[in-house]
Amino acid sequence: MQLDSRIPEGPIDKAWDNHRFNLKLVNPANKRKYSVIVVGTGLAGAAAAASLAELGYHVKNFCISDSPRRAHSIAAQGGINAAKNYPNDGDSIYRLFYDTVKGGDYRAREANVYRLAQVSNNIIDQCVAQGVPFAREYSGLLANRSFGGAQVSRTFYARGQTGQQLLLGAYSALMRQVQLGNVSMYPRMEMLDLVVVDGHARGIVTRDMVSGRIESHAAHAVCLATGGYSNVFFLSTNAMPCNVTAAFRAYKRGALFANPCYTQIHPTCIPVAGEHQSKLTLMSESLRNDGRVWVPKEHGDKRHPTDIPEGERDYYLERRYPSFGNLVPRDVASRAAKAVCDEGRGVGATGLAVYLDFADAIKRDGRAAIEARYGNLFHMYHKITGEDPYSVPMRIFPAPHYTMGGLWVDYNLMSTVPGLFVLGEANFSDHGANRLGASALMQGLADGYFVIPYTIGGYLSQIKGGPVDTSAPEFKASEQFVNERLNKLLSIKGKQTVDGIHKKLGRIMWDNCGMSRQADGLKKAIEEIPKLREEFWNDVSVIGTQGEFNQVLERAGRVADFLEFGEMMCRDALAREESCGGHFREEHQTPENEAKRDDEKFTHVAAWEYKGDDEVPTRHTESLEFNYVKLTQRSYK
Amino acid sequence: MSKLNLTLRVWRQNGANGEGKFVDYEMKDVDTHASFLEMLDVLNDELESKGEAPIAFDHDCREGICGACSLFINGRPHGPENGTTACQLHMRSFQDGETIVIEPWRAKPFPIIRDLVVDRSAFDRIIAAGGYISVKTGSAPDANAIPVAKEKADKAMDAAACIGCGACVAACKNASAMLFVSAKVSQFALLPQGKVESNKRVLDMVEAMDREGFGNCTNTGACEAECPKEISLENIARLNREWVKANFSVG
Ligand SMILES: Cc1cc2nc3c(=O)[nH]c(=O)nc-3n(C[C@H](O)[C@H](O)[C@H](O)COP(=O)(O)OP(=O)(O)OC[C@H]3O[C@@H](n4cnc5c(N)ncnc54)[C@H](O)[C@@H]3O)c2cc1C
Ligand code: SF4
Ligand code: FES
Repeated sequence: MQLDSRIPEGPIDKAWDNHRFNLKLVNPANKRKYSVIVVGTGLAGAAAAASLAELGYHVKNFCISDSPRRAHSIAAQGGINAAKNYPNDGDSIYRLFYDTVKGGDYRAREANVYRLAQVSNNIIDQCVAQGVPFAREYSGLLANRSFGGAQVSRTFYARGQTGQQLLLGAYSALMRQVQLGNVSMYPRMEMLDLVVVDGHARGIVTRDMVSGRIESHAAHAVCLATGGYSNVFFLSTNAMPCNVTAAFRAYKRGALFANPCYTQIHPTCIPVAGEHQSKLTLMSESLRNDGRVWVPKEHGDKRHPTDIPEGERDYYLERRYPSFGNLVPRDVASRAAKAVCDEGRGVGATGLAVYLDFADAIKRDGRAAIEARYGNLFHMYHKITGEDPYSVPMRIFPAPHYTMGGLWVDYNLMSTVPGLFVLGEANFSDHGANRLGASALMQGLADGYFVIPYTIGGYLSQIKGGPVDTSAPEFKASEQFVNERLNKLLSIKGKQTVDGIHKKLGRIMWDNCGMSRQADGLKKAIEEIPKLREEFWNDVSVIGTQGEFNQVLERAGRVADFLEFGEMMCRDALAREESCGGHFREEHQTPENEAKRDDEKFTHVAAWEYKGDDEVPTRHTESLEFNYVKLTQRSYK
Repeated sequence: MSKLNLTLRVWRQNGANGEGKFVDYEMKDVDTHASFLEMLDVLNDELESKGEAPIAFDHDCREGICGACSLFINGRPHGPENGTTACQLHMRSFQDGETIVIEPWRAKPFPIIRDLVVDRSAFDRIIAAGGYISVKTGSAPDANAIPVAKEKADKAMDAAACIGCGACVAACKNASAMLFVSAKVSQFALLPQGKVESNKRVLDMVEAMDREGFGNCTNTGACEAECPKEISLENIARLNREWVKANFSVG
């Protein structure tokens, strides 16, 4: 299969303008003859649904939660990047573009990233106009901070609640369109299948999570903005219902899945406290600006941290990376923490944690200054662990956080199924093998506010408008498939709980396809996952019935998809015989244990094609060309 | 690590029209490091293993930010800790041997869906009535074109921190939604961007609130005391001023 990325011709800084000019338009009076399904109400979905409705399309918008305002995007803390250069510190569209391509370890498309950097500025304008209360200086102008090791201050933020404020902005724009009758809102409705008619995406099948009713919905195009799949690991920083189901159903209907092995493990999360653990809480990485990371020099040193003298501590990041120290990128910090824990020098009850110590910062700047900077984070840490980080060092450990992989899309954000568009974390497009801090919010809103409103027109202008219905036999077939699958889940009546099996899968994925990977482990996982899948389909217990509010059934369906998807992740990780960004293969590292790319063989996107339930998917490639950014080996020494 | 033995007295109700009742569950060796929702997960896992229906409850982020969790614990929305959502509440806040009563939000405009899950779509409809600034995508001026005094921006942010959980309604003997509505009205009233539509916004949102069947505010202050985001009563005062002003300018 030939993957056509449809990157516009010409110089990169003109590409998006030229492309917009060349895209066919749907004339204003005709727009109301087209309907669009948007699945998801996170930043990408809510922004898209609102913007498309403003243009005049009729939009049907779906989400799992009881209100669109509760999408997972709400939890983002740190901030959103833009190339405004308000601080006058040398930022530019070109620099944001350059940093993003480099940060992604040269595994993203240049043209997409350039466009992202270009529209970043419009996003901030839009959000301010919506009433998003970004942090401001005493001058009344917007404040910026530097984030995630960037050398310029380009991050806009609303206290520690940037995602919440941006999402509420998009949600308010969405609700305005609901009121105007331009958006039909379907909360507590889970998409369980994509319907493809004559090779074009034409609708979805959903389950009403309150009544259990299975329904078909038709439209002229379908946009998926259903988020990332970190919950394949069971424990992650993602919200509980985050899933791969919508994307995976689309994959099974012909959309290629790109780079599933690209996952990001965040270095500063609160460690696991016990068997009951249901999710992990992220502590903003801004903490690494002042906190010093260390473990005891001696193995198994069980002394209280404050009793361990300076000379018996190993500030391993400062030791290994003298110039970046505690501020090395996420993947480097995460692997270093794993390494010291693997050596038996981890701390806390489980030995799976390292210290993040603020004692020196408090001594230097005073407690009040630290409190002003991190008060809310310290408070949250205290609430969760019961320990006071002002007097005892925090304990942190890496956790799955973000997934760069996703459905393959071209420059128009269209998947390999015509009429199926994919936005936000659910697509693979802009972050390559590693995402920089504060860039996911930017991408979600870019896709939703400023890309899809143009590119969808290019598609719709070429198909016939007018009424759509669900009479095609493909809808009935999808409904039947969904019903059978749900009934099957309910009829197993085995002994293991859904979460129990999900935890087992998480263990396999974390051990073999987590922070560092190697061929043997991946092969083992590829053998173990099908066995676990079997166990699931023979021995899982799904209580209750289909026609009722049934949270176990919801989870069971998602875990069933993770059980297939996890295997594909491992296959992708195994096939990519190099290390890049968040994908670290132990066989491919420099003598200093850094990720070693193989640009000759792997400067490409890997996209997997579904071939049948018992078949191995086919790996296709889209080669990446770098005409503007020079490929170099990252070094943080 | 200490462990607790507890009795949970949980409201069980099968569907919106089902008859509800309290059911007692004995919990042994509850880890004090577990969050309240994780404690319920453990119970649900046990129930599922026995082939019994687990307790339905809403939850999403488990970080105190999405507003999904909505448990009435020992007579208080979100339980005993101030400024804390149920998902951020940890078992170390409870005593060994305690009986913990867990109920859903109880308010007419929030009908029960199942067990501890209620329908809060009335809040979405109030926002739809006017909780926005009518700016179309792409039509915004440069973000720094309109300076906003830092104190105003900070106050707007204080109000915008509302997570839409509905604890204020559950806490209020009149089931008033004033704190929720006032938080949104205030956020926009404090910002120059929001001023243009402020009259229409406050009238439309208050009308929607009344239409949804929320009760009147009699200034008891229970909402502020139970709000997990500590949204201030100041906002209600501001809403009242905005409403009076709007009525004058319209009338
Ligand atoms: C704790 C945390 C902090 C973060 N902080 C930052 C930060 O500071 N800066 C930054 O840039 N990024 C941050 N990120 C990443 C960022 O928040 C996410 O990548 C981004 O919000 C994803 O947005 P989205 O719109 O693509 O998807 P989501 O917000 O995940 O939305 C997915 C939507 O799809 C719906 N959905 C899913 N499946 C289905 C289905 N089958 N049927 C119907 N609906 C469905 C859901 O209900 C939801 O509405 C953070 C992430 C986490 C976990
Ligand atoms: S005002 Fe407080 S209690 Fe009411 S919905 Fe908002 S956050 Fe919840
Ligand atoms: S689950 Fe999100 S606030 Fe409690």
